Amino acid sequence: FTLCSWSLHPRPAHFRVYAISSAFPAHLLHRSQLADQKCAMALKDSDFLALWPLPQKVQSSAVSFQLSASRFQFTHAEGSSAGSDCSILQNAFRRYFDYIFGFTKKDRDQRRRNAAGSEVLELQVAITSPDAECDGFPSLTSDESYELSVDQPSAVLKAPKVWGALRGLETFSQLVYEDAYGARNINKTGVSDFPRFAHRGVLLDSSRHYLPLKVILANLEAMAMNKYNVFHWHISDDQSFPYVSRMFPDLSQKGSYHPYTHVYTPADVKMVIEFARMRGIRVIAEFDTPGHTQSWGFGQKDLLTPCYTGSSPSGTYGPVNPILNTTYDFMAGFFKEISTVFPDAYVHLGGDEVDFSCWKSNPDIQKFMDQQGFGKDYSKLESFYIQRLLDIVSSTDKGYMVWQEVFDNGVKLKMDTLIHVWKGNEAQYQAEMARVTGAGYRTLLSTPWYLNRISYGQDWRDAYKADPCNFTGTDAQKKLVIGGEACLWGEYVDASNLTPRLWPRASAVAERLWSDQGVRDISDAYVRLVQHRCRMVERGIPAEPLFTGYCRHEYSGV
Amino acid sequence: MSSRCNLRFLIPGLALLLGGVPSVLAVWPQPQQIRNSAERYSLSARAFLFKHADVSAVRSGCDVLDQAFTRYFTLIFPESGGGAHNRYFWTEADPFTVEVNVAEGPCDGYPAEGSIENYKLTVSPGQAVLTSVTVWGALRGLESLSQLVEQDDYGAYYINKTEIEDFPRFQFRGLLLDTSRHYLPLQAILKTLDAMAYSKLNVFHWHIVDDPSFPYQSRKYPDLSKKGAYHPFTHIYTQTDVRRVIEHARLRGIRVLAEFDSPGHTQSWGNGQPSLLTPCYRGDVPSGTYGPVNPILDSTYVFMANLLKEVTSVFPDSYIHLGGDEVDFSCWKSNPDIKAFMKKMGFGSDFTKLESFYMQNIVNISTMLNRSSVVWQDVFDYHEINRPRYVVEVWKWGCYLCEVRRVTKAGLKVILASPWYLDLPGPTHDWARYYNVRPLAFKGTEEQKKLVIGGEVCMWGEYVDATNLSPRLWPRACAAAERLWSDEVQTSSVDQAFPRLTDFRCRLLRRGIQAEPLYVGHCKNEYQGI
Repeated sequence: FTLCSWSLHPRPAHFRVYAISSAFPAHLLHRSQLADQKCAMALKDSDFLALWPLPQKVQSSAVSFQLSASRFQFTHAEGSSAGSDCSILQNAFRRYFDYIFGFTKKDRDQRRRNAAGSEVLELQVAITSPDAECDGFPSLTSDESYELSVDQPSAVLKAPKVWGALRGLETFSQLVYEDAYGARNINKTGVSDFPRFAHRGVLLDSSRHYLPLKVILANLEAMAMNKYNVFHWHISDDQSFPYVSRMFPDLSQKGSYHPYTHVYTPADVKMVIEFARMRGIRVIAEFDTPGHTQSWGFGQKDLLTPCYTGSSPSGTYGPVNPILNTTYDFMAGFFKEISTVFPDAYVHLGGDEVDFSCWKSNPDIQKFMDQQGFGKDYSKLESFYIQRLLDIVSSTDKGYMVWQEVFDNGVKLKMDTLIHVWKGNEAQYQAEMARVTGAGYRTLLSTPWYLNRISYGQDWRDAYKADPCNFTGTDAQKKLVIGGEACLWGEYVDASNLTPRLWPRASAVAERLWSDQGVRDISDAYVRLVQHRCRMVERGIPAEPLFTGYCRHEYSGV
Repeated sequence: MSSRCNLRFLIPGLALLLGGVPSVLAVWPQPQQIRNSAERYSLSARAFLFKHADVSAVRSGCDVLDQAFTRYFTLIFPESGGGAHNRYFWTEADPFTVEVNVAEGPCDGYPAEGSIENYKLTVSPGQAVLTSVTVWGALRGLESLSQLVEQDDYGAYYINKTEIEDFPRFQFRGLLLDTSRHYLPLQAILKTLDAMAYSKLNVFHWHIVDDPSFPYQSRKYPDLSKKGAYHPFTHIYTQTDVRRVIEHARLRGIRVLAEFDSPGHTQSWGNGQPSLLTPCYRGDVPSGTYGPVNPILDSTYVFMANLLKEVTSVFPDSYIHLGGDEVDFSCWKSNPDIKAFMKKMGFGSDFTKLESFYMQNIVNISTMLNRSSVVWQDVFDYHEINRPRYVVEVWKWGCYLCEVRRVTKAGLKVILASPWYLDLPGPTHDWARYYNVRPLAFKGTEEQKKLVIGGEVCMWGEYVDATNLSPRLWPRACAAAERLWSDEVQTSSVDQAFPRLTDFRCRLLRRGIQAEPLYVGHCKNEYQGI
């Protein structure tokens, strides 16, 4: 690993109100501070390229080659199991060509062509296993590893599956830099890379606010730039039900903010899934029950529990009514549809924050509790519901994810259930991770990555420092940690502010989930992330700044 | 969630008609007096006309109003395809006519301190009559008019019978943008000016330079931006850019208050102006770093006089902001020449006296240039005797009203910024803390209260650039805008303001302003970008 190790003097968060005039001439910072560093060689343009997330292994040299927009090609290597009928790669080639040559598609540097032998003419992509999975969907067990060797006249990208090739193409595009003449260059480099965790997700909430399709797609694009591989689509909640169900069209007809302008039609959902697949991203839909379901009640009579004031119905409704057979008939029909619409092997069933007060008020529920011998323990009633729901979902051949309460409340779970930890402070979530893995379940972490929570200054640092394996447990327990998710809940977020609130803060989480556990130097991360953020801006993603400074190509989408 | 609620403030002497009104028309900020009724008139883009009243002092050819008519036509009928000419294509015999009657010219001036923004608006069958003293008042009235127009379920436009009498509570209602910590493309500034006009904010405080970069391209000292900007060509404001901002603002009745902050916050100036900054010392030798502007050299004042002379020729406003905040004394303390000067002047080791000496000189320059100076409160705090007549901007936290009281007691005007630092991004539902500010809730005489000329929201740029500026500003800045425009008693309830602000935010989205949500819910027209 011979990249210069960059370290910047740690910067105090500049908090103007408290009268700190920690004035950083940030325009000087990039170059002059870097020049101080221990790095032996003289600094060149190539030293400003920043890989994010950092690959497991990089060997780079000072030898640089040119890339010409009129000659450079992506090719399928001889012997590759993927060819020109592999639409994932064909699409990726076009996408990455655009990213690499963005502003200079017309080769303006013909004159400056270097002597023969100093140009990379092609990137050969070789899929090495017999089944490239070109027509498949990414999964929890997808192989995302790749090896990249940049040399002239050909660079070679080898990966067992297309999923690794996509990650490698992203890395290749990040290795390309613009020299002072605007020409594209790349240094002789070797990369050997694979993800630390298999599940690296972003949660978006399209119920508290409807998110136009364009916003979801743009964020899938940004996710691919950060090697994320799971889009957790928290599609429905109390506030609105935008998913258009073929079987139960009234759910969105009556439960969305608007039945035509604020819904996701089957075609929309299909588009999201395909757009994600093209980028090696899984789409895991969450249909959260039995709580968080107010909006379901408008289009599905008798689904929710009627709440009582004294001995008469109050006219309000609580969680899903767990004592009616019609509830389970509905769920069976509904999740059967979901299992065909969403190809991923997992569906997220929610199960969080069930408010028991309505159940408590309802005499039929009380009677049922007595019959079942649940006493006053409403978590047993919740377990009863979840248990039956899990059986229903299992029968559709899906695995499931649930929020941690389901585990906490002692619901009997199949051993392949994924427990999603989201509550508590650091000590509490670490203890929870230890408990969940101690019980033999696989788990993923979100607690430190609720990015809807914002504060002044560089809070990406906290996200960066958190580690899902930081808890007391055996190696076997640690192996049960499959990753984590950055969550952007939607109470205060819609299309107007989603993207800058998510990026580049979610990039910090992305590196934690992809790169080696030892990659934790916050100063080095800062330098790379500043540039990665500018790269996202250049690619059209309005990622907000980390601190004072500038990008060569500022956001122009105002 | 974005449903209207029938909350209207009871105004003595005005009848209140609530019964059967399906949707009470909300204007943000709340006018001083508004009376509307259930009677409504349908409007059509093909039969809608702005005209100057016969008796108006202002006629066609008044660019401020002509352009405002074009703008507001499109804002009122967003689906009409825009186009300035649509209004000439009306086909019906009796168009709905908005008659504008302005008592005084001129049209080609600039909004200024003391500009009268009062207006009166009466909407009745077939017409609306808007009267004002100045064109600036007419602009405020057109904004209110545009907010009165609604679309029914069938998409048809209508306006309710309404009477408004309105004027601002404070004459200075500002918004600060910081183009030094991050460069803001011109488009981001112009769009902010648009949104300011929608909220009736009337001063754009342009914190144009600071430590990190110097994007203002000076005619006299081109090296300042050439060497001090992030990039000498792509990250600067040319003279043309600045003129464009000023004109865009003028057409919306917005003053542009330029700030050239010194002696601190000037690191970027030093690149293009050698010997302007104080060389810091480590022991007996210069350390190679620089501190604030060097206050002991004549060349400093020659430079500042030249620069400010240029600035006053470029920026027409009668105010100029001279900064003066957060001066770090450690570099001055380290410099032997400064120490010698302190001794000579009899300042002892009190460096606040040195800063006061410097600011006194700078304020004198500004006075000679016929400008009123605005300074941050530090200058007032440091300088207890023989203060020049400047306007003090209060920005520090803690008991900011105590400071307002002290400043007004000294007979100086105050602009309040402390409670409106919007770059601190707190949870969105905290918009209420910007709303609940009581700028005059301090013990003082009537004269003291009158010295509080207004306030401003500040959007410092450490963590803000074009990617996140708009949603961070709007709609939180709207909360401050209502506080500064409207009657405080009528607008004391956050609960009553919430549905109106939710509604106004959707209106901003419809107008293409990237305003973030206050809470869960939806707008008919969501934001269309990413």
